[in-house]
Amino acid sequence: MSGFPILSLMLAIPAAAAIACLFAGDRLARLIALGATVVAFVLGCVMWAQFDIGGPQWQFTERADLFGRFSWALGIDGMALMLIMLSVFLMPLCILASWDAIKSRVGLYMAMFLVMETIMIGVFCAQDLLLFYIFFEAGLIPMYFIIGIWGGANRKYAAYKFFLYTLLGSVLMLIAMIAMIAEAGTTDIPTLLNYDFPVEMQTWLWLAFFASLAVKMPMWPVHTWLPDAHVQAPTAGSMILAGVLLKLGAYGFIRFMMPMFPDASAQLMWIVFGLSMVAVVYTSLVALVQSDMKKLIAYSSVAHMAIVTAGLFAFNQQGMEGALIIMLSHGVVSAALFFCVGVIYDRLHTREIDRYGGLAVNMPAYAIFFMLFTMASIGLPGTSGFVGEFLSLAGIYEASSWVAFVCTTGIILGAAYMLYLYRRVVFGELTKDDVKAMPDLNPREWAVLAPLAAVALWMGVYPESFLAPMRGDVTTVVARLAPAKPAGDAHLAAGKPQPAKAQGETAHGSSHAGGVQ
Amino acid sequence: MIQAIVFLPLLAALVAGLGQRAIGPFAAKLITTGALFTSAALSWPIFLSFVMGGGEAEVVTVLHWVSSGALQFNWELRVDALTAVMLVVITTVSALVHLYSWGYMEEDPDQPRFFAYLSLFTFAMLMLVTANNLVQMFFGWEGVGLASYLLIGFWYKKPSANAAAIKAFVVNRVGDLGFMLGIFGTFLVFGTVSIPEILAAAPGMAGSTISFMGMRLDTMTILCLLLFIGAMGKSAQLGLHTWLPDAMEGPTPVSALIHAATMVTAGVFMVCRLSPMFETSDVAQGVVMFVGAVTCFFAATVATTQWDIKRVIAYSTCSQLGYMFFAAGAGAYGAAMFHLFTHAFFKALLFLGAGSVIHAMHHEQDMRYYGALRKEIPITYWAMMLGTLAITGVGIYGVFGFAGFYSKDGILEAAFASGGGGVIAFWVGIFVAFLTSFYSWRLVFLTFHGKPRWAASEHIQHAVHDGHHDHPSDEHAGHDTHHDHAADAHEGTAGYHPHESPITMLIPLILLSVGAVFAGFAFKYPFIYPEEGLAFWSGSMLAFDEHLMHAAHEVPLWVKWTPFTVMAIGLFLAWNSYIRNTTLPARFVAQFGLLHQFLFNKWYFDELYNIVFVKPAFAIGRFFWKRGDEQTIDRFGPDGMAALVQGGSRLAVRLQSGYVYGYAFVMLLGLVGLASWAMVKFL
Repeated sequence: MSGFPILSLMLAIPAAAAIACLFAGDRLARLIALGATVVAFVLGCVMWAQFDIGGPQWQFTERADLFGRFSWALGIDGMALMLIMLSVFLMPLCILASWDAIKSRVGLYMAMFLVMETIMIGVFCAQDLLLFYIFFEAGLIPMYFIIGIWGGANRKYAAYKFFLYTLLGSVLMLIAMIAMIAEAGTTDIPTLLNYDFPVEMQTWLWLAFFASLAVKMPMWPVHTWLPDAHVQAPTAGSMILAGVLLKLGAYGFIRFMMPMFPDASAQLMWIVFGLSMVAVVYTSLVALVQSDMKKLIAYSSVAHMAIVTAGLFAFNQQGMEGALIIMLSHGVVSAALFFCVGVIYDRLHTREIDRYGGLAVNMPAYAIFFMLFTMASIGLPGTSGFVGEFLSLAGIYEASSWVAFVCTTGIILGAAYMLYLYRRVVFGELTKDDVKAMPDLNPREWAVLAPLAAVALWMGVYPESFLAPMRGDVTTVVARLAPAKPAGDAHLAAGKPQPAKAQGETAHGSSHAGGVQ
Repeated sequence: MIQAIVFLPLLAALVAGLGQRAIGPFAAKLITTGALFTSAALSWPIFLSFVMGGGEAEVVTVLHWVSSGALQFNWELRVDALTAVMLVVITTVSALVHLYSWGYMEEDPDQPRFFAYLSLFTFAMLMLVTANNLVQMFFGWEGVGLASYLLIGFWYKKPSANAAAIKAFVVNRVGDLGFMLGIFGTFLVFGTVSIPEILAAAPGMAGSTISFMGMRLDTMTILCLLLFIGAMGKSAQLGLHTWLPDAMEGPTPVSALIHAATMVTAGVFMVCRLSPMFETSDVAQGVVMFVGAVTCFFAATVATTQWDIKRVIAYSTCSQLGYMFFAAGAGAYGAAMFHLFTHAFFKALLFLGAGSVIHAMHHEQDMRYYGALRKEIPITYWAMMLGTLAITGVGIYGVFGFAGFYSKDGILEAAFASGGGGVIAFWVGIFVAFLTSFYSWRLVFLTFHGKPRWAASEHIQHAVHDGHHDHPSDEHAGHDTHHDHAADAHEGTAGYHPHESPITMLIPLILLSVGAVFAGFAFKYPFIYPEEGLAFWSGSMLAFDEHLMHAAHEVPLWVKWTPFTVMAIGLFLAWNSYIRNTTLPARFVAQFGLLHQFLFNKWYFDELYNIVFVKPAFAIGRFFWKRGDEQTIDRFGPDGMAALVQGGSRLAVRLQSGYVYGYAFVMLLGLVGLASWAMVKFL
């Protein structure tokens, strides 16, 4: 690791490109945006290749003290690296996805996406609490613009809802952060991670953070902004919203709440488990009855994110690593699903499921991709969705078999709503004339879908590439939580095997099943 | 070599599926079929080496998969006697089904897709049986589920096929819920998901207890039961069986391969693979036996009333799987595997035979419109006849019997010998053997004997009307070239002449007939004989109980002869009702209308599930959405807030009707202000 400020460069390139886009014509703006995002992606790859797995926790660190305690401090660990990779990977695809679909104010649109990219990278690499907060909240502003300017018919309502929800939470989090700084006397995140806050204070801080992060996540019952935002957002907006913005909440959990307030996390884990269990069942059932494709996928996102939160609060290696893999997997797969919706939306300009049907006939390549992502979404082994779901549920089981049971019902409901969606859109007789006229994927759409498909399969077959950089960080968090981890409440531990009685002819289990202790 | 067996089908599936436009349908068919025949040719030597006693269990690691803390597993291929049995079953039946589909699917425009799915299925099934850890088994488990879903819904324009496909997947997922929880629990208890390690440690866990969802239960019992729920889903056992009859919407070769010979036996395979676990819990074994016996009975009763030829065979499959489970429950895992092995041959034969009939009868599947086909399609007739002799278990004790004779009698004798609940299972099995004989002969008599009843069939009328019934789909254009066939229509045949199927369909029938006749006789020693069995199964971790097998061979003579007797009664009854006195069934239905309705409607499981699960799921979903999200959360949340603010201040009204940037800007200003204030104040 040289002293080369690669993170600052990654922040600067999209920011500079954003300014350039504002003054460029439509064609040029598109090219600038694509070029800048591809460069950022390449830089990300370089960073991944240079990342020293098993090396120091924080790498590529940079620090420049500004006024007061506020400093430009950057640095990443494995989790941040993976989430940055997710952002820089999705961004060029988002630009490609909006290549033809966006026709008005192209320069501004591209600038918004580039600003968004800067902010996303900044969120994941900020090492100063206030710097983090600024990035964290600012990320929503380009999203407001994207929904508000290029959104659908009811965009004002959606943007307004988005605003109201997030504002309330963020104010509480800001207050909590100020209190933390006052208590610990530093804004340096690595230091704060090891600072032991008084237990009572932890509870309040935890609740304040929770208010903000639960909205971002989003957790039930503060999830209702998400379906509206998705429905109104343009395709690429939905891709980035589902792909990266939804990960901010979970990132906040594992980066801040859990290691900084371990005692409160242990005390209040029942809130997280409770809300997650409700969310899995509730939102999956709601997804089943949707008639709008984007709403359906949005609700399914809430259900997936609920497994993430439950997995994180399992307080063990499998649960957390699984949750992180779901975050990455969901980032890729839901972005792909939203793009799949976008592909046909561009052709027919409706998201009504019933307006389609029989696409397998005239769009076979599309049907294959859509099937792959559907399967990844419902967690078919061999795809990314399975690895994450399996690991996190295995971790959750260790914490509580009840929670694991309820969350695992998600695999049944998930299969039901996704296959039901697929059937109505892709299968069936091709009867409608306008649907018949829809051509199959063009090269640009191939270029978006193929990388997403490759990553979804890669993560499913050989997830080690993604798990390895994060392993050490998860171990650190688990170790930090270990003292507070609730002692295996009665139903966790396997009883000590009694000496096997009667080594008889056949196995002679002394089974008294059903007997409550 | 095992890598070639497993991955050739995958390779073929990818080439045929993704490259179909580049290579064309003929090449796609050739590649997939060739790959499968190669796999089959490589599998038989492995199996035979185990039969001869020269096989060694081995594990080949392909790729690292996941490691997360203590939870680590690889992509591995395990070969031992148990796997070898499955290898030959899967690759052989699959290869023959591929070949058969050349003829059966000839007119279908989507053949490459079909062959790609078949090969993909075979790959997933092979991954399942070669798994050395529970997670890879689950991979195969879900993979075959996907292939099954795709193949049931192969004719995706048919709404009924789509519905059946989704049903199959979702019902299987219910079973998978149990399987997954079982894996989690196993990992928690044993700290590993590697099958050999679990099985080695399982006896040590006997007698321990674990808490599960608030109850303290015997560890091994709850783990086995959770895993068994998975097996019930995949093997269509009572309660989770509803998808299997509907799965008949798929093309018939699919039914033969997936829903008779291979995939549905995965549950039996799983119980056998994990047999040392089940051996540690009497309760779990009892449940396995009970579920098997009840399913066996239930499905056989339904099969006696169905008219659709494929549904009869589907319920028959369900029933035969029940036999395998109650053998496993009785501790006779060798017998269960033996029946799995022989059943694969004769049931695939019956399905492919049915396919040949359907092909000849122009996609008519209703046996009420068959009759007298034995002279028209003689090879199919004789193949079906051999299959029926095999499934009904015809044989003379001590001389020779068809495949099912050895395996079914092996199960019944083992059940009897195991004592206790096994004796009850034995009697259920005997009664089901009678039902099996009845419905199987009923199928043969209705289809091949009696007088032709084709005229009433719409499919046949359609074919006759179109003239060239060999190529019906080509001739829809409405040419007026055909002559008036109705004029020379014979009574009952409508002038239709069924044709024997092409050679590509007949070869598989003939080869499978050989299996149906000799598979039992040839391989009974390694599967169920005490000494030979012990040698064969050693190294496969199968809990082979030589004492039980010994006892099974020592049962009283009447036990050995009862199955044959009830088979003969069933044959007589079927002959009496469907050949000698054809008014008898109608009279029976009139007499016992209620019973008939109950059986004909499959014990009303579908209706029940619809009322209890499907409808409420949608209703509750709608309730949560409208009442929950929109009328509660939004009303008191953001919308309520808006109304409040709106009522309070004109400024707010202006803000709300203003542009979104307004909000964003105000928010940003607020944040910056707050942050600077805080820094000045506190820092």
